[in-house]
Amino acid sequence: MSEIAKGFWEAWGLILSLDPDLYEIIFLSLQVTVTAVIIASAIGLPLGAWLAVNRFKFRRYVIAVLNALMGLPPVVVGLFVYMMLSRAGPLGGFGLLFSPSAMIIAQVIIVTPLIASISHQTLRDLWAEYHDLLISFNATRSQRIRALLWDGRRALLTAMLAGFGRAIGEVGAIMIVGGNIDHATRVLTTAIALETGKGNFAFAMGLGMVLITLAVLVNLLIHTLSKTEQASTW
Amino acid sequence: MVILPLTLKEATAHARGKKLLGPVSLKLDGAGITMVIGPNGAGKTTLLRLMHGLQRRSGGVVEWAVPERAARQKQSYVFQSPIMMRRRVLDSIAYPLRLRGISKAKAHAKAQQVAARFGLAELLDSWAPRLSGGEKQKLALARALITDPEILFLDEPCANLDGRATREIEEILRMAQAAGTKIVMSTHNMGQALRLADDILFLLGGKIHEQSAAEPFFQNPKTKEATAFINGDIVE
Repeated sequence: MSEIAKGFWEAWGLILSLDPDLYEIIFLSLQVTVTAVIIASAIGLPLGAWLAVNRFKFRRYVIAVLNALMGLPPVVVGLFVYMMLSRAGPLGGFGLLFSPSAMIIAQVIIVTPLIASISHQTLRDLWAEYHDLLISFNATRSQRIRALLWDGRRALLTAMLAGFGRAIGEVGAIMIVGGNIDHATRVLTTAIALETGKGNFAFAMGLGMVLITLAVLVNLLIHTLSKTEQASTW
Repeated sequence: MVILPLTLKEATAHARGKKLLGPVSLKLDGAGITMVIGPNGAGKTTLLRLMHGLQRRSGGVVEWAVPERAARQKQSYVFQSPIMMRRRVLDSIAYPLRLRGISKAKAHAKAQQVAARFGLAELLDSWAPRLSGGEKQKLALARALITDPEILFLDEPCANLDGRATREIEEILRMAQAAGTKIVMSTHNMGQALRLADDILFLLGGKIHEQSAAEPFFQNPKTKEATAFINGDIVE
């Protein structure tokens, strides 16, 4: 217990003293995760809406695969991205390995199926409600998708926040493709893994608390800005 | 562009191998209110959906004076349970215009005019799904009429409304009819049919059992089933 308390106070000391190393790690964590979630949302939300409004052969199997990909093992994604970005790989020429960009790519691959799958489930119900109306209005396919994304935006926030939660806590893939390089690719999760390995349990615990606080704060901020959970909205 | 007359020739509709409607042949033309009446399961909703294109026909012909794609632009449909988009009233009424590429400012200006005419001016900033039943149906009508359709289909629009809300809806329908919109409406309410109908389609078992102008239909129905239905007896 004293170890946890010590870590907690140590972390607070670092936060309050505006420790530059700690803030660098926090900002890089946020930068990588937020960028990945934005890119994954730009892909996943329209994909979820498209799957909701379109009927095609093998649709059921596509949705089943998408759902299965929600549980994609991060280490395998990390290995795949590493092979793609390494010098011998097809994208090696871009020199992205062991950079924040590589970490973003890995997180996008992990988070996109999650956002697409959750948004599909949400928008499928909304489409069932809107179907006759939008057909009656003679809305084109893209207009239907836009209507679903706009009217379902508050529910879709949950999908994005789920993606954020998965990405901010991810360690396996970004450790492989980022390399946990100090002042370059070290983020909260990889720093926790490193400090735990070095036996600095107190500091690792402190970083863990920062990570949890950060996740809660981002969720609260988004809910507040989007005015969810209020009496007059959804 | 005039999309009427609407002609149905031996039109049928099936769902999961079961016949829902037909064969039905009719021609709708001119202004006025055509009232579709009949007992539950007679095919009233299916007929309206078939004419509007929401129900796929399994046989026969459904034909407008212009190609179907063009005809869709000049017709509207109001559902029995109004579908409320998760938007404010103003945005909901303006939505069909926005779909047609009209600017937000112009669409909102027209939506405000229509809302004022329909008694919704005070509710423009309210969330549409939070309106009362009568207000929702008025919104659905405003949304349907904002595009100035040549023909308006209504599926029992007053089914769940009280007397006052029903009277308001009927006034709106008279206004729309006076403005030149052809109205095709289903109802269970014989009083409403008497008040509004110019002509009647009496459906039974998925077929048109009797079709005539309203007055002769109510005063001198040709079939015993129509007589029984008008008298409020059970018709199967």
